[in-house]
Amino acid sequence: MKLTELFKEGKFVITCEVGPPKGIEVQKLIDELEPLRSKIDAFNVTDLQSSVLRAGSMATCRLLKDKDFEPIMQLTCRDRNRLSLQSDILSAAVLGIENLLCLTGDHPQLGDHPDAMPVFDLDSVQLLSTARGLVNGKDMAGNDLEGQPPQFALGATVNPGADPLQPQIIKMEKKIEAGAQFFQTQAVYEVDKFANFCEKVGHLNVPVMAGIVLLKSPGMAKFMNANVAGVNVPDAIIDELAGAGKEGRVEKSIEISARLIKGLKDSCQGIHIMALGWEKHVPAILEMAGL
Amino acid sequence: MLLTQNKPIEEVLESLGAEKNIFLLACNGCAEVCETGGEKGLSEMKAELEKAGKTITGRLNVDFLCNKVLVATRLAREMNKIEAADSILVLTCGIGVQAVSKIVNKVVHPSANTISVGGMQGLWASDERCEACGDCALDYTGGICPITFCAKSLLNGACGGTHDGKCEVDSEKECGWQLIYERLEKMGRLDNLKKFHKARDHSKMYPSKEIREKTFYDIEK
Repeated sequence: MKLTELFKEGKFVITCEVGPPKGIEVQKLIDELEPLRSKIDAFNVTDLQSSVLRAGSMATCRLLKDKDFEPIMQLTCRDRNRLSLQSDILSAAVLGIENLLCLTGDHPQLGDHPDAMPVFDLDSVQLLSTARGLVNGKDMAGNDLEGQPPQFALGATVNPGADPLQPQIIKMEKKIEAGAQFFQTQAVYEVDKFANFCEKVGHLNVPVMAGIVLLKSPGMAKFMNANVAGVNVPDAIIDELAGAGKEGRVEKSIEISARLIKGLKDSCQGIHIMALGWEKHVPAILEMAGL
Repeated sequence: MLLTQNKPIEEVLESLGAEKNIFLLACNGCAEVCETGGEKGLSEMKAELEKAGKTITGRLNVDFLCNKVLVATRLAREMNKIEAADSILVLTCGIGVQAVSKIVNKVVHPSANTISVGGMQGLWASDERCEACGDCALDYTGGICPITFCAKSLLNGACGGTHDGKCEVDSEKECGWQLIYERLEKMGRLDNLKKFHKARDHSKMYPSKEIREKTFYDIEK
């Protein structure tokens, strides 16, 4: 089912990110998702996240579909030129995938193959425009597709914590004009700042899903503050996590995430959880957040 | 030698938009040979712009627009005419346009596309500044090149990896799109960011048969 249909029904949509394995053993991933079955509307499947080689998003999406999970295929511009991207979009539709998240993608230098050629033939805005073209039955060269065109809900990302925020909003508007129908955000830890962002983009009338990244340790929070654009974990949260000690850390992390969700949910249309291996704790977070 | 080819006049006029008073600055180096700059390029552009109702506040031919010091010295004498203009139309390669935008606090427009930086160039030339993409976007980016300044050569704004104004690839390297944003903000041209740039036409990077025959494209000729 397309995410756009859920938003249309007025549902508060919950998605969760999953990363394919570095290898071909997929059973573990399926087992981890089983407890989330009734609680998560759709699963984002990453496309070689952080430019680290893994199994592909498309195959994993189809696997999820076979197990009756709803997948969102993440598609980046890092490794494919426009021919390959368009072909993959068509192939995804052939495999029954209905949700597509269009991203620029991390630079290969960030990953485990830093010597790879960065492609970036298209950027995220152009990719959205291309996907919409295919949905309308035309390829980038203006040629007609044969028969029924593919159908997708097209998603994009935005960073509500970016400073300055204005170019971020301008790019968001461009993404909407190019075809974006919903947004998932970078990790949010500041409820007020997020509410302010939502107010600024409210007139755009496109569903926004707040990003939640589970904090596994104070060190991870500090690392994100230093290295991840537009993410600021306030000191109070880091202290709280540190105060819980190693034993109490999981419980505290669950509590922090649940509290954030409670604070964020009135300003947005959904939540996108990035659990980074702590998928098993997601049900507890949602329960505590009252979802 | 750097190869340049005039943008279609319609594209130049579109980029000048409502700006009426234009200062014309041409390069007498490689661009003179390609007839995009030099006296011929200048006179032809002046005629075209006047036909379109523009006023030329001044015109100048400088030997090498890629020589920043030379350009700064020559422009200093023309400041009154430059001040009187809404913008500067620069008749040269992508490197010359960037040199001018670095020196003068005025909107600069490129009149040509750079197709090749191969062979001998002027004094501030290398593909770290101009990749000769053949579809110059400096007009919309405040004279800062998104192809060479952005690690991903993005055309529609910064990616999600920009952090504190730096690039995700190298924390010592400035994010090109942050520089473009700051420059456009300073020039009061943030609206430029709203323009959707369609995907690059990579075939424009290759010099046409005509330009290959008209110029010394490579050293063997």
